[in-house]
Amino acid sequence: MTLPLFFFYVFSVIAVASAFMVIAARNPVHAVLFLILTFVNAAGLFMLAGAEFLALILIVVYVGAVAVLFLFVTMMLDVDFASLRSGMLAYAPIGIVVGAILLIELLLVGGSYMLAPSLTGTGAVPIDLSLDNTRQLGEVLYTRYVFLFQGAGAVLLVAMIGAIVLTLRHKPNVKRQDVGKQTSRKRSEATELVKVKSGQGL
Amino acid sequence: MTSDLLSFAYLAPAYPELLLAVGAIVLLLGGVFFSENRSTGISVLSILLIIAVIGVSIWQPAEGVLFNGGFIVDGFARYMKFLVLGGSAFALILSTSTAKAFGLDKFEYSILVLLATLGMMVMVSANDLMTLYVGLELQSLALYVVAAIRRDDPKATEAGLKYFVLGALSSGLLLYGASLIYGFTGLTQLDQIVGAIAGSQRSIGLIFGMVFLLAGVAFKISAVPFHMWTPDVYEGAPTPVTAFFASAPKVAAMALIIRIVTVPFGPVTDDWQQVVVFLSIASMVLASFAAIGQNNIKRLLAYSSIGHVGFALVGLSAGTAVGVEGVAVYMAIYVGMTVAMFAALLSLRTENGFVETIPQLAGLAQKRPFVAAIIAIVMFSFIGLPPLAGFFAKWQVFLAAIDAQLFALAIIGMLASAVSAFYYLRIVKVMYFDEPQSEFAAAPAELTAVMAVTGFLIVTYFVTVGSPLYNAAHAAAGSLF
Repeated sequence: MTLPLFFFYVFSVIAVASAFMVIAARNPVHAVLFLILTFVNAAGLFMLAGAEFLALILIVVYVGAVAVLFLFVTMMLDVDFASLRSGMLAYAPIGIVVGAILLIELLLVGGSYMLAPSLTGTGAVPIDLSLDNTRQLGEVLYTRYVFLFQGAGAVLLVAMIGAIVLTLRHKPNVKRQDVGKQTSRKRSEATELVKVKSGQGL
Repeated sequence: MTSDLLSFAYLAPAYPELLLAVGAIVLLLGGVFFSENRSTGISVLSILLIIAVIGVSIWQPAEGVLFNGGFIVDGFARYMKFLVLGGSAFALILSTSTAKAFGLDKFEYSILVLLATLGMMVMVSANDLMTLYVGLELQSLALYVVAAIRRDDPKATEAGLKYFVLGALSSGLLLYGASLIYGFTGLTQLDQIVGAIAGSQRSIGLIFGMVFLLAGVAFKISAVPFHMWTPDVYEGAPTPVTAFFASAPKVAAMALIIRIVTVPFGPVTDDWQQVVVFLSIASMVLASFAAIGQNNIKRLLAYSSIGHVGFALVGLSAGTAVGVEGVAVYMAIYVGMTVAMFAALLSLRTENGFVETIPQLAGLAQKRPFVAAIIAIVMFSFIGLPPLAGFFAKWQVFLAAIDAQLFALAIIGMLASAVSAFYYLRIVKVMYFDEPQSEFAAAPAELTAVMAVTGFLIVTYFVTVGSPLYNAAHAAAGSLF
């Protein structure tokens, strides 16, 4: 057994097992932690397939941001998962139908790629196998598609402005930390020397 | 891979967009750092920025295709960009003095208008399905936020939410169409798709893609049957925002639909013609009947704008250069009339707030004869009565339709125009023949100036702007065919 094959089996077994645990775990926090494990193993599989950019993005974006956000949400929101789970059997048939459709579609995509690779066509940009894919993505993203890249940036900027405009409220009487004010404070402003007469107190 | 970024001079056709993007970000930073009620300053600077962008497009009339075919600047794009920039600038001018009353006194409002304008300029210059989508989303996202910017007003938030949900649906339709077109041709660049269509049998999948793409854009120009959001959004959004919605975004979406049907789908004119003729007839007929029962002026103007889109599409239905020329002229005149109408509407303020319904206009001619005269001029121009600008707009699109043997379309259009005269004339009747009921506050100076200029141009269209506009539209349409 070659080393890549060994790692493939390790990653895929753990990925499938932890994916199962995501839906089987009783504690929602455990479920999210298993989800993170699934992501990491999927990233390992991507790495084995030679898609190292996708693998790192998966870890940075999904594990680093999305899963942590999930964890926060499950911990902060008081969702009664037991009652959510009670209808699980009732939803099972539709879940099975959706799953079956997805499986058939996956088989169709995979089948067409295996049987007739010419049908899937070539991409808009030819793939140069001598370069690693982070470099290749960078080369088209910042040359050919630089306009779209910057345009997408503008769209995200609008989304950010919009979220702030529509939700941020400046509350009056909120005490905020003002570092400049704190450090420029003098002893004379902050302390007062009081002569206390004995036996009287303040 | 070649890059256009090697030299700044290569980017000459995109200078206006670059200036607008950089300017908007600088103003955003300025607004954040010096906030505290500086919204008027930012809004004045935004107007100056748009004027500077117009200046750059005049001073640097470079044309060409940039970014590996994704972005095109031709005569048509330049013409439509002037309209878009003009519409946005006027919308900002209309909102300067009334911003506080409408809860728009946040500096983000002007920034979002600028970014929406940037999106519209990208839409107008889109030469690739991906550029088209990025431009459309940039524009739409900014507009959704602007619609709901008065976030404590239930009507405005309802308008924003409704616009967002239906807009997202239309983006979905558009993307589905784009994916079908890409799937059946393997291309995303509009001027390459035309080669793929011309060279082969027209495939049913491609036609499906085209119809979905047109449906997605028809949402944005609010053509029937994709118009449902328009009256609610126009009514719910603050009036200066409605003025913006009714002008620049319509022009940009119309420019997009013209480019889509003439450039990539030029060889299958018969197929898209059916769709456009249907949109056109449905819009004209529905708008002229649905507006009759409206009591709210903004709802009425929403139906009026749906009708005008229908009339503009009459020109596009012809599928000829003359038709596109007609649409270009129509959109210019439509923007002028809309700006005049909203300037008049925003200058009418009673002790109970701004005028919103038609009965509130009663006796306006006695109280404020100038504003009443402007509204009357705009109404007669909307109907299309001869010496006014609206007549020449309709005349040219109907002429193009008759040239293209679309007699039924032209006749239905003229009948719809006659029906629409009823509700336009009702406003004139209420203003001139009903007894006055309330006092109106004095109009701000800049609104009076806008009304005077646009009113003058509408009345003297034939002798003043008529022929330069016609020549510009002629050159613009010529660059597409």
